[in-house]
Amino acid sequence: MEKIKLVINHQPMELEVDPSERLLDVLRKELLITGTKEGCGEGSCGACTVLVDGVSYASCLTPIANVIGKEVLTIDGFNQTEQYRLIADAFSELGASQCGFCTPGMIMSTYALLLKNPHPTEEEVRLALSGNLCRCTGYNAIIKAVLLAAEEGKERGIKW
Amino acid sequence: MKKFFPNSTNKIDNEEKMAGQALFTDDLVCKDAQFVAFVRSTISKGKILKIEVPTLPDGYFFISAKDIVKENVVNIIVSDWPVFADGVVNYYGETIALVVGPDKELTIDLAKKIVITYEEETPNFAFVESSVHKHFAKGDLKKAQEEADFTYTETFHTGLQEHVYLETQAMLMWMEGDKITVKASMQCPFYVKNAIVRTLGCHPDNVRVIQPAVGGAFGGKEHYPSILAAQLATAIVKVKKPIRFVFDRMEDIAYTTKRHPSETTYTAYVKNQHITGVKATVKLNGGAYIGCSGVVLSRALIAVVDCYTISSLDVTGDVYLTNNVPTAAFRGFGSPQTIFAFEMFINHVAQAIHVDPLKFCLAHLAKKGDITAVNGKFHDDIIMPQLIEKAMQMSDYKRKIKEYSQPHSNRGIGMSWFLHGCGFTGSGESTIINAHVKLVKEEDDTIHLYTSQVDFGQGNRTTLKKIVSNTLNCPEEQVFHEPPDTDHTLNTGPTAASRTIIIVGYLCEKAAQHLKEQWVSGKRIEIIEPYVGPSYIHWDEASMQGDAYPGYAWGVNVVEVSYDPLTYQTHVEGLWSAYDVGHAIDERIVVGQSDGGVAQGIGYGMLECMDIKDGKFYQKTISDYIIPTSMDLPYMETALIDNPFAYGASGAKGAGELTFVGVAPAVCLAIEQAIKRKINKIPANPEYIMELVENGKD
Repeated sequence: MEKIKLVINHQPMELEVDPSERLLDVLRKELLITGTKEGCGEGSCGACTVLVDGVSYASCLTPIANVIGKEVLTIDGFNQTEQYRLIADAFSELGASQCGFCTPGMIMSTYALLLKNPHPTEEEVRLALSGNLCRCTGYNAIIKAVLLAAEEGKERGIKW
Repeated sequence: MKKFFPNSTNKIDNEEKMAGQALFTDDLVCKDAQFVAFVRSTISKGKILKIEVPTLPDGYFFISAKDIVKENVVNIIVSDWPVFADGVVNYYGETIALVVGPDKELTIDLAKKIVITYEEETPNFAFVESSVHKHFAKGDLKKAQEEADFTYTETFHTGLQEHVYLETQAMLMWMEGDKITVKASMQCPFYVKNAIVRTLGCHPDNVRVIQPAVGGAFGGKEHYPSILAAQLATAIVKVKKPIRFVFDRMEDIAYTTKRHPSETTYTAYVKNQHITGVKATVKLNGGAYIGCSGVVLSRALIAVVDCYTISSLDVTGDVYLTNNVPTAAFRGFGSPQTIFAFEMFINHVAQAIHVDPLKFCLAHLAKKGDITAVNGKFHDDIIMPQLIEKAMQMSDYKRKIKEYSQPHSNRGIGMSWFLHGCGFTGSGESTIINAHVKLVKEEDDTIHLYTSQVDFGQGNRTTLKKIVSNTLNCPEEQVFHEPPDTDHTLNTGPTAASRTIIIVGYLCEKAAQHLKEQWVSGKRIEIIEPYVGPSYIHWDEASMQGDAYPGYAWGVNVVEVSYDPLTYQTHVEGLWSAYDVGHAIDERIVVGQSDGGVAQGIGYGMLECMDIKDGKFYQKTISDYIIPTSMDLPYMETALIDNPFAYGASGAKGAGELTFVGVAPAVCLAIEQAIKRKINKIPANPEYIMELVENGKD
C-alpha cells in the first residue's frame, strides 16, 4: 500500500492503495464512482474510457501508479458540464444510446476527440471511436451525433 | 439543435444511461456481497470419479450437486440442463461447483485447488445423435420431381455466433428471512424466478426478481441467467449472505450459450424456369443440452423457404446433441440460418438456369392469401414489392448491379428479401404464455403500467408507455412504466421472439382503451388485460401445420461492398434497408433497431468467426472474436413503410429480430458479385474468400 496523490473529477485526493491496482478498480470499487464501466478488462472495448490530463485512457489497463499527480476525469465528473450537455443532447437527438453500457465511454472518447479536433470529419470520428465497441447501434447514430455536437459547438461558440 | 426525428420522444432511461448514473448489476452497492468462483469441467465428456476439496477457511463454502435442495434441473422449454453436473459432465466448461467467500482472490485461489478426477469418455462433436426430429410436407413433391426439367442441389453452412452484449452476465442475490431477492442482467425475470422456485421447491412468494439496468442481451440473457440463478440460489441457502458475481469477458465468451451452427441442404425441382418443389434438410448443432433448441429448429424450418411461395415441399429438421457448449437463443432464433441458405440458394438456382435473379425471385415472392410452408395462410397484406422498389431506389441498385458485373469490377451489391414471424409460434401466445398486463390509475390520476418486459436497450419501456399515453391521449409524463419487479407485475411473458410490441403492446393499448372507458377522475382504477389473439390463427405443434405466427414483419436489405484482391478483404460501402413493421410507434427507436440489427448481421455474415476444436473455442476475447467497429461500417439508411396490423398497437408488429435475419445473405450476394465466386458458408471472411478465389469455381 502506498499513498498516492491525484485529482479525480476536479477533486484533489490522497489515496492509500496498491500502486499496481487498476485505475478502473480504484474508481469503481474503492471510490464507488461507477459511471465508468468494465466491458472486457483488456483494453479492447472502450467502456472504461476516462480522460487523464485531457487524453483518453482505458482505465482497465492503467495501473493507478501511472496517474500519480494527474487529473482524471470520468463521466461522473464530466456530466455536469456545458460540453457534456451538448454531446448528450446530440446523442439523445440521434438515439445514440441504446443499452447504455458503452455510452459513458463513448461520450468520454467523443470529448477527447473534440478537445483535440473540434471540427472532425466523418472519417476522423470513426477512427477516434474505433476503440469503443457498441453492439446495439451499429455506430450509425453515434457518428452522426458526434458530428452534430461538433457542428452545434461551433455555432454556439463552445470552447472544448 | 437540428431535429432528426421530430415525432420521437426521449427514452425514459436515456439521461441516466448517458450520464453514467444508470445502475447495472455491478454498480449496485452491497457491502457484504460474497464472491463466487465457478468450478468447471476441464473435459468434454466423462464421469466424475472424485472431487477433492481443500480445507476451507471459516466463511468459505463449497457448493455442488450434493447441495441441491429439491431438483437438479433448469427448465429451458425442455428440462434437461442440470443446475450442477452430477456424476457426469457433458461439455468443457460445464459448472460442477461453486466456491463462495468474502475475499475475491482467496475464493478464486481455493477453487483452483479443487482436484477433480474424471473417467474420460470419447466426446462427440458431429451430427450423429438427433435429439429433436421434425418433418412436414406441402403439396405434391413427387409430381414436381417427376415433371422437373432441371434439378439443383446445394448445401449451406452457418457458424457459431457470440452475442457480445457489452455488459457480461452478472447477478446479485440476497436473502431476508426465507425470501430471496435477485437483481440480474437478464431478459426474462419470470424465467429466473421459476428456475429458483423449481430447484429449491420453495413457495413462489419467497422469490422476488427485480430488473436493474441491463447492458444488452440479444437472446444471450434469455435462458442462461436461469441456470446461474439456480446455482446461486442453491448457494445462498447455505451461505446466508448476499452473493454477487460478474463474469469476466473470457468466461462469458468461453462458457455461455451461442447461436446454433447449421447445415442446410436444398434440392430444387424446376419446371419452365419456376421452382415447383423443394426438398430441404436442416441440421442444427444443439451442444450438450436440448434446452430451447427444438423451438429454434421450428423457427428455422418455418422460415425454410423464407418469404417465397413454393408449391410443394418436403422438410426435415434435426437438432443434434454434441459435447459442445450448449447453443440457445440469439436474435432471429433459427431463422437467420435458413434465410441465409434459401436466399443464396434461390439466387444460385436462377444463375444456374441463366435467368435474371431479380425476376426469378419476384416470380416466387409470397402474396396475400398464399399457403405458407407449413400450410397456413398469409392473411395480411404483403407490401414487399413497395419495399423492394424503395430499397432499390435508395441504393441505386439497378445501375450498380449492372456496372459491378463488369469483369474487372472489384465491387458488388447484394439484396435480400425476408420475413419474420412475430410472437411465439402458432397459438402459443394464447395457450402457453397467456400474458396479462396490469394498468393502474391512482387517485392522483397518475397512470402506472406493469409489464415483465425488460428494456436491455431496445427502448420498449418507452414504447409501451407511449402506447398507453397515445391511447389515453394524455401527456407522457402522466404515465409511469418501471422496470419489472416480479412482486408487483403480472407475467407478460419473456422479452423475446419480437413479441414485446406486437403482443404486449397490443395488450397495453387494449388496457388503456378500457381505462379510458371507465375513467373517473380522483378514483383508483385497476385494469387487468388478458391476451386474446386473432381467432383465425390455428396451429398444431405436433404436425407443425397451420398458422405459425400471429403476424409477419417483412424487410429488404441491400449491401454494397468493395473487394481488395491482394488481401482478400471486403469492406462494406453502403447499407440500405426497407421494412414493414406494421407501424412504427417511435421512428427513432425502430431505426435504432435497424442500425444495430444490420451491424450484427454484417458481423454474422462476414466477420464473426468462432472456431471450436475438441469442445473448446479458439476465440477467447473480443480481440480475437471480431465484431464490427465504427471503421467497419458506413452510414446506414432505413425506410419504414406503413402496413398496419389489425392485432397490433396502432398497427405495430415486431422489429427487433427482423433487422438481423436478412443481412448475411445480402452481404454474401454482394461479395459473390465482387469476387465472382459462389458463397455457401458464413462468415465469408478473408480466409474463406481466399480459398474460394484460389480454389473455387464461379
